[in-house]
Amino acid sequence: MKTYIIRRILQAIPLLLAISLLAFVIMQLSPGSYLDRVRMNPDVSEELIETMEKQYGLDKSVPEQYFHWLWQLLHGNLGESFTYKVPVTHVIGSRMLNTLILSVAAMVLAWGVAVPIGIYSATHKYTVGDNIFTSLAFVGLSIPNFFFALLLLFLIVRFNVGLPISGMTSVMHDFMSPAGKVLDILKHLLVPAVVLGTARMASLTRQMRGQMIDAMRSDYIRTAKSKGLKKRKVVYKHALRNAINPMITIFGFQISALLSGAALTETVTGWPGLGKMMLTAVRSKDLYLAMAGLMMGSVLLIAGNLIADVLLAVSDPRIRYN
Amino acid sequence: MKTEFNPNENPEEVIENLENNEDKKDDEYNFWKETWKRLRRHRMAMIGGTVIIIIYILVIFAGFLSPYHPHNGAKKHFFHPPTKVHFTDENGLTRPYVYRTESVGWAEYEVIKDKKYPIKFFHHGDEYKFLNLFKTDLHLFGVDKPAHIFLLGSDNYGRDVFTRLLFGGRVSMFIGFIAIFISTVIGLLVGGIAGYYGGWIDNALMRLAEVVMSIPAFYLLLALAAVLPLDVSSTFRFFLIITILSFIGWAGMSRVIRGMVLSVRNEEYILAARAIGAKDKRIIIKHVLPSTATYVIVRATVAIPGYIIMESGLSFLGLGIQEPNASWGNMLTAAQNVTKITGFPWLLIPGIMIFIAVLNYNLLGDGLRDALDPKSTQDH
Repeated sequence: MKTYIIRRILQAIPLLLAISLLAFVIMQLSPGSYLDRVRMNPDVSEELIETMEKQYGLDKSVPEQYFHWLWQLLHGNLGESFTYKVPVTHVIGSRMLNTLILSVAAMVLAWGVAVPIGIYSATHKYTVGDNIFTSLAFVGLSIPNFFFALLLLFLIVRFNVGLPISGMTSVMHDFMSPAGKVLDILKHLLVPAVVLGTARMASLTRQMRGQMIDAMRSDYIRTAKSKGLKKRKVVYKHALRNAINPMITIFGFQISALLSGAALTETVTGWPGLGKMMLTAVRSKDLYLAMAGLMMGSVLLIAGNLIADVLLAVSDPRIRYN
Repeated sequence: MKTEFNPNENPEEVIENLENNEDKKDDEYNFWKETWKRLRRHRMAMIGGTVIIIIYILVIFAGFLSPYHPHNGAKKHFFHPPTKVHFTDENGLTRPYVYRTESVGWAEYEVIKDKKYPIKFFHHGDEYKFLNLFKTDLHLFGVDKPAHIFLLGSDNYGRDVFTRLLFGGRVSMFIGFIAIFISTVIGLLVGGIAGYYGGWIDNALMRLAEVVMSIPAFYLLLALAAVLPLDVSSTFRFFLIITILSFIGWAGMSRVIRGMVLSVRNEEYILAARAIGAKDKRIIIKHVLPSTATYVIVRATVAIPGYIIMESGLSFLGLGIQEPNASWGNMLTAAQNVTKITGFPWLLIPGIMIFIAVLNYNLLGDGLRDALDPKSTQDH
């Protein structure tokens, strides 16, 4: 297992190099640069622009810029953000953490709701409850994240629900007790996590129901039933354990969608994550910040996939990575 | 293939059909007929399909069905609430009419009941191009000035939301459709070539697909959208957005196609074709790719809603379709502000349209998957 993980990490290196090259080419293709925007400002002198050009290495040729950036990256330096005027590493760390918090919260919410509902639906096939849940899953699957976020914000304001509608912390956050701080962040987390979790929840419910139905049809379940086991035991001890394995594979597939969904949700709800940062960077042509955003998003995705594969091996003894 | 006894069928015909089973054309025909039969039985899928067709008809005839031009705004009537249509007056039921309104403050309007403005059918209003073919000014309905008919309210420039909803639907509904078509073609080509030839070509193509798939789709979309030039015609921008959507979508498709091609590559019928001396191109197109047809159709239908959501998300952020052109996504941008959504909730309607379109595509896709893959229908 250890060798497998190490091999996967080593394999990720050329992949990340290729991603960085692709990201760099895309950013270079983009018309106009940050300096063009600075030039629009009449207060900025020509000398200052030249100094900035030199400072950021923007006067060098494109391949040189790339290798310079890569070399700096190997030294743990992701370049300097043009807009924030601080090293990218300062900005990106907290953003990555915030995206991770949001994604994990959404995932926990989605699994926590989807698995029990999936089991209920599968064991109560075609009953009123099952039909209601199946229809709700379709609704959840079809509602775009950003629209759902807008809708929730609308409802919160309309019905005066005591929930914050934007950002991650309140104005008074710095003066709160540690417990108060956590509570404050949790309150802010609720709306984006629900928004992001709903879509995942819907597809997971459908998958869980399908897997459970498949499992309930198999021979060992018939055996378990016919030897007189209680229904509870048949469902939870035999069917569920086998139905949950394919779900872990699905967990791996979902990470990309999760991160993409997080980007839009963050923008609407003002959650200061990687996706929101990426949007600002792309809009203001903040080259190094956008590059770092793309890279870190990919790192999250690759790491997530690796975790999913390892989880699968842990839960399913038939799978051996050698 | 399963042949069921059908009392309406002529028994001789059934036998003939069975005998002609080697005939490939006949076989194919039966397959699609069977699929259609199964799909017809899927009630939700049929509802979904019908709604989708209705939406397409509505947006194709947007010019005629909407009362105004999508870019023309009544400057003094911005954020106007939906116009109340009256069906009764003091004498009971009457022909539908509206009252004119006048601005009495910022986005506040007073109804002036001095005169009734009847809703006129086949009304002559703003000029538009019918199906992009010829100019006309005939609209299904409209009212005389100075009254306005805003069935779903007006936006920040006083443009009719209902009109823009229909025109915006053109973008949102067709972008997904064209983008999935292009990315399917690319996915088929890349997957087909990689799976069929194997070796270093396979390696190179699949590594490329892996790179694209290892970047979270929306991040890549944001970066690519930043590349698009802003000073191009709206049609060109429309195609650029389709291009970047397809660029993101092909990778996953090509991976699965490659796997399928790999598994059929050594089937006997492929070996036979090769033994006869058929060229690679012919084998790929005639024998290998058709075996992936059902997967491709299901995948395409299931993927369209994703493209609709991606386009609307991009336009919502201001990186997709640009003003003054409408798309369901960029219409929602006006609702981004919390005070605006609470004050003018009708601005959220484009989101409901996205939801309806996506929901019905999902229903259709679900039914199609069951119909094309009989194994999965058993009792899900």
